[in-house]
Amino acid sequence: MDVKDGRTVKGVNFVDLRDAGDAVELAAYYAEQGADELVFLDITATHEKRKTLVELVQKVAKELNIPFTVGGGISTPEDVGVLLNAGADKVSINSAAVRNPQLISDLAKRFGSQCVVLAVDAKCVDGNWEVYLNGGRLSTGIDLFEWIVKAEQLGAGEILFTSMNHDGTKNGFANETLVKISEMVNIPVIASGGAGNMEHFADAFIEGKADAALAASVFHFKEIGIPELKKYLKTKNIPVRI
Amino acid sequence: MKKQNIVIIDYDAGNIQSVKYAFERLGITAIVSKDKEVIRNADKVIFPGVGEASWAMNSLKENDLIDLIPDLKQPVLGICLGMQLMCETTEEGNTKALGIFPVSVKRFTNEQKVPHMGWNQLDDLKGGLLNGIKPSDFTYFVHSYYVPVIEETIASCDYIVSFSAALQKDNFYACQFHPEKSGDVGVKILENFINL
Repeated sequence: MDVKDGRTVKGVNFVDLRDAGDAVELAAYYAEQGADELVFLDITATHEKRKTLVELVQKVAKELNIPFTVGGGISTPEDVGVLLNAGADKVSINSAAVRNPQLISDLAKRFGSQCVVLAVDAKCVDGNWEVYLNGGRLSTGIDLFEWIVKAEQLGAGEILFTSMNHDGTKNGFANETLVKISEMVNIPVIASGGAGNMEHFADAFIEGKADAALAASVFHFKEIGIPELKKYLKTKNIPVRI
Repeated sequence: MKKQNIVIIDYDAGNIQSVKYAFERLGITAIVSKDKEVIRNADKVIFPGVGEASWAMNSLKENDLIDLIPDLKQPVLGICLGMQLMCETTEEGNTKALGIFPVSVKRFTNEQKVPHMGWNQLDDLKGGLLNGIKPSDFTYFVHSYYVPVIEETIASCDYIVSFSAALQKDNFYACQFHPEKSGDVGVKILENFINL
């Protein structure tokens, strides 16, 4: 769930925000539907808005008995401490880690790798996968695969990989790239960006060898129901909690 | 639900709110405290923990809690890192721990992805804390280190190796998974602990 002022929004290719509802209510609904984990990304995280995010985390933690990750604007161990204390299970870091890779190891040492999710937004341009920041607007010149391997070495516990080429397209996940990442590192990889139908999820697990798949709009706009999706994945011999 | 005085040990090791909220959903206001008298006088004690083992042991030391915990007489439930710190030693940061369970915590080998992260099923369930839980039930795990199966194991789980998902020795209970994050199955386990 991309969150802005306590409400979820989902962009198509990261622009054109559409309102998809109240974050706490949606979280409870998804937990009941059988989501295994929720991710909240605060897309407008600025200093003034930090308090809103912490309050949201508290509300969600009170309501929810499944794990959830919070990201957006996290740049110091203090930020992480506040969110974990508010009830988040994991945090995801993105730009701050690109600017200061040492942050990953600082967080891993202080809080444990298991709660450090490295979110990576990448775009394939002329056959080269490059890390992007600011919702895909800022090119970094950093090679995706080199960055992910480095992040694992520094102590990231999980990779949340979003392909900017696939995000919002509903044409499926970036499976060829996913499988490459998944075989390169020994930490869980979450596929993100591109889910349009139930087959896409099965493909992300089978072809992309992803450890988890993340989606937003197909769930927010009830195009795919989580119970049906899990039943379908089970028929494809993918282990799921039902 | 039995009304009782449940104290969550506060030693700055994360995730305490989630445990507190889980009891709130069961109608119990748990006390979060590092005060030795408060902990000693509780009906039940929760020893949570998320983080790195040597850091957490240091924090217990700074709060002067190292001698207190193994000496508690009421039911104590260690969760995740809490469980690992109840063992003798852990390979994480080569740390000497509290020594309640006679076993050393090991790191998973890299045959599969580490951390073991996500929902997994329990096996070899031995009642008590896990009354009413079936082997097909899922609980939520996040950990890179594991407790081998020992005599005190009351549930096991398979990931790379068969490891202890839960332990019990006298009044000391522990689970590697997070009952506070394990949906309805976790709720049942917390209810069982309250009703011990």
